[in-house]
Amino acid sequence: MSPGTVPTLHYDYKVVRQFSIMAVVWAVIGMLVGVLLAAQLIWPELTYGVPWLSYGRLRPLHTNAVIFAFGGSALIGTSYYVVQRTCATRLFLPGLAALTFWGWQLIIVLAVVTLPLGITSAKEYAELEWPIDLLIAVVWISYAVVFFGTVGQRRVRHIYVANWFYGAFILTIALLHVVNSLEVPVSLTKSYSIYPGAIDAMVQWWYGHNAVGFFLTAGFLGMMYYFVPKQAERPVYSYRLSVVHFWALIGIYMWAGPHHLHYTVVPDWAQTLGMVFSIILWAPSWGGMINGIMTLSGAWEKLRTDPIIRFMIVALSFYGMSTFEGPMMSIKAVNALSHDTDWTIGHVHSGALGWVAMITFGCLYHLIPRLYGKKQMHSVAAINVHFWLSTIGVVFYIASMWIAGLMQGLMWRAVNDDGTLTYTFIEALKATYPYYGGRLLGGVIFLAGAVLMAWNVWKTVAGAQPVSESVPAPATASAYPAASPRPA
Amino acid sequence: MTSGWSLYITLFTLAFMIGACWLVWWQRKGSPGGVGFGESMGHDFDGIQELNNPLPRWWLGTFLGSILFAAAYLVLYPGLGAYQGLLGWSSRGQYDGEMKDVEAKYGPLYDRYAGMAIPALLAEEQALRIGERVFANNCARCHGADARGGVGFPDLTDDDWLFGGEPDVIKATIAAGRIGVMPPFAPAIGGEAGIPAVVAYVRSLSGQSGDAQLIEQGKAKFQAVCFACHGVDGKGNKVLGAPNLTDDIWLFGGKPDDIAFGLRNGRTAQMPAHADLLDARKVHLVAAYVYSLSHAPTEEAGRAGGKPPRAEADDEHEKDRDSQ
Repeated sequence: MSPGTVPTLHYDYKVVRQFSIMAVVWAVIGMLVGVLLAAQLIWPELTYGVPWLSYGRLRPLHTNAVIFAFGGSALIGTSYYVVQRTCATRLFLPGLAALTFWGWQLIIVLAVVTLPLGITSAKEYAELEWPIDLLIAVVWISYAVVFFGTVGQRRVRHIYVANWFYGAFILTIALLHVVNSLEVPVSLTKSYSIYPGAIDAMVQWWYGHNAVGFFLTAGFLGMMYYFVPKQAERPVYSYRLSVVHFWALIGIYMWAGPHHLHYTVVPDWAQTLGMVFSIILWAPSWGGMINGIMTLSGAWEKLRTDPIIRFMIVALSFYGMSTFEGPMMSIKAVNALSHDTDWTIGHVHSGALGWVAMITFGCLYHLIPRLYGKKQMHSVAAINVHFWLSTIGVVFYIASMWIAGLMQGLMWRAVNDDGTLTYTFIEALKATYPYYGGRLLGGVIFLAGAVLMAWNVWKTVAGAQPVSESVPAPATASAYPAASPRPA
Repeated sequence: MTSGWSLYITLFTLAFMIGACWLVWWQRKGSPGGVGFGESMGHDFDGIQELNNPLPRWWLGTFLGSILFAAAYLVLYPGLGAYQGLLGWSSRGQYDGEMKDVEAKYGPLYDRYAGMAIPALLAEEQALRIGERVFANNCARCHGADARGGVGFPDLTDDDWLFGGEPDVIKATIAAGRIGVMPPFAPAIGGEAGIPAVVAYVRSLSGQSGDAQLIEQGKAKFQAVCFACHGVDGKGNKVLGAPNLTDDIWLFGGKPDDIAFGLRNGRTAQMPAHADLLDARKVHLVAAYVYSLSHAPTEEAGRAGGKPPRAEADDEHEKDRDSQ
């Protein structure tokens, strides 16, 4: 292909707009369900015993809504935007891209219907039953075709680091989903995993941990690698670091799953490997944080004026915190204390609210005005309020869960001088109530921020004309020699 | 594990650890394409440039340090396939070791109480305290923290027993569990039409008033069907776990609707076996605690040596726990 001679192309923004708006909608819905669950833990009879509003059914709805509906819409939408712009081309098969949007929303709606009805495969983060699993596979492979097709028709020589991360996320999730969802249907709404006992647990946590690693880490690092330098208007700090931490991260994450199964029937060797590779994972995870923060470091003065940069820097800080905390919790001696306590819930939300949600908020505040021909969001002041609500909300949430988790772990292992347990489970639960209150408060504050964002987005896009932007002729990038080894 | 699998695991593990080291070594320095440190790589992605900054040394140190730690850990602990590690550690071994330590520390105390008869233990404050803690952590989830039970779960404080309240029977109940079943009996007592009569009669057994004619009809049906388990006089049968119906103590509720429900649908109650969950000495102690709930120590403490009554022991226990 010869750049410059092609007729004017226009970026495909429609599907990006659709995913971006739905990301905001699902954020509010998913977090609202989370707040309801937090309240149910304090007042178990809150929903009057209505089965489809019960904790056990809403909990997977919450996780599916925030991870796959909110996170998934944000990831797919931004990846379509980033891959076009950094490859200086339009989407490959835009019709298929449209299908991924409608397909993904259909999957989410099916989740919203089936999970409260109690239809579940009972695999954590993979609860949806086999017909929906098949639909996910079709939509996800379509997404892969669009994404890699777009990369394939790029008009710049190199593939930008954001696309490596998005690409790794797409490929790995396809693999994880297919392998973990192999199941034998017994009816339209029920299936059983093909794996027996401990092997099923191993496959489940290989999937579960890499859903965190590739969906919630690699995918959002892709987002970070584009939007942070764009918003800061600074070059990426270290290309070299991005190469090393990318390959190290995707190579080593794959091993970490068994740390969810410490002190179980899973063989000792598997537990050990899960633990040591989790520890090795610490530095590769931090590579992304360093690159993000050092990229922002030339633009510190913008922290005073730009709440979007604030979202990004705090998100990167939470990313660093939770990717240190994770390896620490994978150490057997620590895990013996933390396992099954609310510390785990705190750890997850430090990553999910602090990193995933806050980097997404920052990126969407950058993205949405550009998709609708606006210079900035309707209200920058509201972005700032949202930033503080999010930050305070996360801190309330995770501090409550840290204290509660440590307290539970210590109470469960306390032994009297006659060898009996000092506390009963109920006593530990009773002692946890105040922290459940703190968590609920944090969740409500965080949700309030998301609602404010939804209002701000509404005011920004209502009546705005969708933008049609032409693809610029590729810059001189392709004239440069291959400067360094590039990932295959 | 076969040696093939062992080799497979070992090679894969080492390949990834060595690969990580190679990755760092490969990218540690140099100026690709003549780009110096701190300069732009010359890429331009939608206006984004990339700088050629070196890997931060402290980061590099952390990365290599964690790989070294992992290598040392894999030498010491099982991880590389079938290799057991220099320390000879295993989770099974750790469990057995911890159990041995616990046995050495607390075993003699439990052995001493295991050798004492349950009535004598009523005077042993510490024995009852242990029993209470075992009860709180194992039994309370059904029988309640105060042992007063709930619907379907017997009250253990009232000296009314389904299967018998003798110390050995309590122990057998705890160790082997119990299943109490009453089949649906509506068809045998004349269907729906027969239920109100039997309900009225059953309630009359514990002195509750009702329609005399209904009670009379119910009595006839009871004597034809229900007596087989509950006895002609309605006083139950401990061999079967059939409740005494004359004492106004109800496992599933004594309202007419509750009793009618049982006649219509039957009732099943299960106490799980605890022999595999609790050490036999703990079964003995928790049985003593359960026995103590309906037996004042004074009547038997004389024989055991006149220790302080149960109520005081309880108070001290509370104090102990508050101070912890």
